[in-house]
Amino acid sequence: MRFCGELNELDVRLSRLYHVPMPTTPTEPDPTAARRRWMGVLARADAATLRTRLAEAPPLPPHTRLRGPETGLVMARGRQGGDGAPFNLGEITVTRCSIRLQDGTVGHAYATGRDSAQAELAAVLDAALQDAGRRPALLAAVIEPLAAAQAARRAADAARAAATRVEFFTMATMR
Amino acid sequence: MAYVAVKGGERAIEAAHAWLAEERRGDPALAELSLAQIEAQLGLAVDRVMAEGACHDRGLAALAIKQSRGDLIEAAFLLRAYRTTLARFGASEPLDTGAMRIRRRISATYKELPGGQVLGPTFDYTHRLLDFALAAEGAPPPPAPRAAAAEATMPRVTGILAAEGLMAPEPASEAEPGDLTREPLAFPADRALRLQALARGDEGFLLSLGYSTQRGYGNAHPFVGEIRMGAVTVEFAPPELGFAIELGEITVTECQMVNQFAGSKTEPPQFTRGYGLVFGHGERKSMAMALVDRALRAEELGEAVDAPAQVQEFVLLHCDNVEATGFVEHLKLPHYVDFQSELEKLRELRATAQMAGQREAAE
Repeated sequence: MRFCGELNELDVRLSRLYHVPMPTTPTEPDPTAARRRWMGVLARADAATLRTRLAEAPPLPPHTRLRGPETGLVMARGRQGGDGAPFNLGEITVTRCSIRLQDGTVGHAYATGRDSAQAELAAVLDAALQDAGRRPALLAAVIEPLAAAQAARRAADAARAAATRVEFFTMATMR
Repeated sequence: MAYVAVKGGERAIEAAHAWLAEERRGDPALAELSLAQIEAQLGLAVDRVMAEGACHDRGLAALAIKQSRGDLIEAAFLLRAYRTTLARFGASEPLDTGAMRIRRRISATYKELPGGQVLGPTFDYTHRLLDFALAAEGAPPPPAPRAAAAEATMPRVTGILAAEGLMAPEPASEAEPGDLTREPLAFPADRALRLQALARGDEGFLLSLGYSTQRGYGNAHPFVGEIRMGAVTVEFAPPELGFAIELGEITVTECQMVNQFAGSKTEPPQFTRGYGLVFGHGERKSMAMALVDRALRAEELGEAVDAPAQVQEFVLLHCDNVEATGFVEHLKLPHYVDFQSELEKLRELRATAQMAGQREAAE
């Protein structure tokens, strides 16, 4: 990341030298953050939902499996007292898959549960989304609708919780 | 202890298992229970099996409940056995329960606190009268009301006390915690190991122990600082990526018990916490765990260790229902040779005593 930062600084200095206008977006979003986001969205979508979304997207490129899909465990950790040192809470089933596209791009997927088809589709999507040419269409057809549906589910839960919030009425002293 | 290999029971065992399968299914004229139904409609049983089976997978827990005919200890056993067949990819980043998407959050120490008291889907305030309307299968209940949600996350009650310096802070450490599924438990066990054992411990056993601390076996004066239940994100950093990714969300229940602490030579009088964290919606379990966690901190806090709930070996070696059922139920296995030797010894003793009696009578 420091390397990227230096490159950005260099860009700024070069643009001043040659009076090249800088892009309107102040800084290019961190590519890791973007990938982290789509991987998180894909991890929360089952295979059936992914297939529905993919029906409206450009076809995925062919791939070869590098590892899996395979189901294993991740030990979930908590913190003592909620904010102290870590402890082992218990294991969670997790399914992972790694694939390679013909151009050599490698895609990975990890998701809770045992949905092998989800893991494989998510790994192919992870690889395809790394390609700047394919990314906009896949973001629009797959990732953004999934993210919106997931946000709506969270909002519905939050709204149900909010309806059970206790409103206290303070009794005024009457004289 | 010796077991004797017994042959010759194969046909009887096969017939017994066939009958078990028939009993499990029950009246074939009735519709068969689906795993989805168990997962959705017996959700708290699923949560308990995941917690005591120490393996979070709702579908597998539902299968275990169906297979065990609703015997939840047997179901936890099945889940534990299954997890041994899977490889471990690694350990998650510690769950951030402070960032929990709250479904329920209550405090018994503050009436009005930032974020408020959120009751969530609770049995509290129900009248515990059997609801015969449920006996008649009918239309689904009307949708629960919704209201505008203010903030996504809520501050911790322990944080409010800590800000005033009245709550003992948790020692900051990122030390790799011990894992009792990899290394046998040795004593004294540190708090990380104790919490792991309690998190998978039997709810009934921990409930009774927690209750004992309230009744005077252990010097507990607990308040529920906070109970929160909701979804937390599980993050994991695969080595091939080098950064943490989100694997999904799980529901957990957390309980912070606030306890008095008289202070010591080095520490001022302040509150200390007992901590409970369990998979799923497990409020009673999280409360019992928090009570027992605090009781087990007696030695570390310089308090007398004189009640069962304060004794590490007693609590940690007996709280696991899969281990306990294994040892109790092994008594059913053939002990023919053991018992034969006991029989012979007893007959010999009685014969000797009888002879001594006759000799005395003769003299």
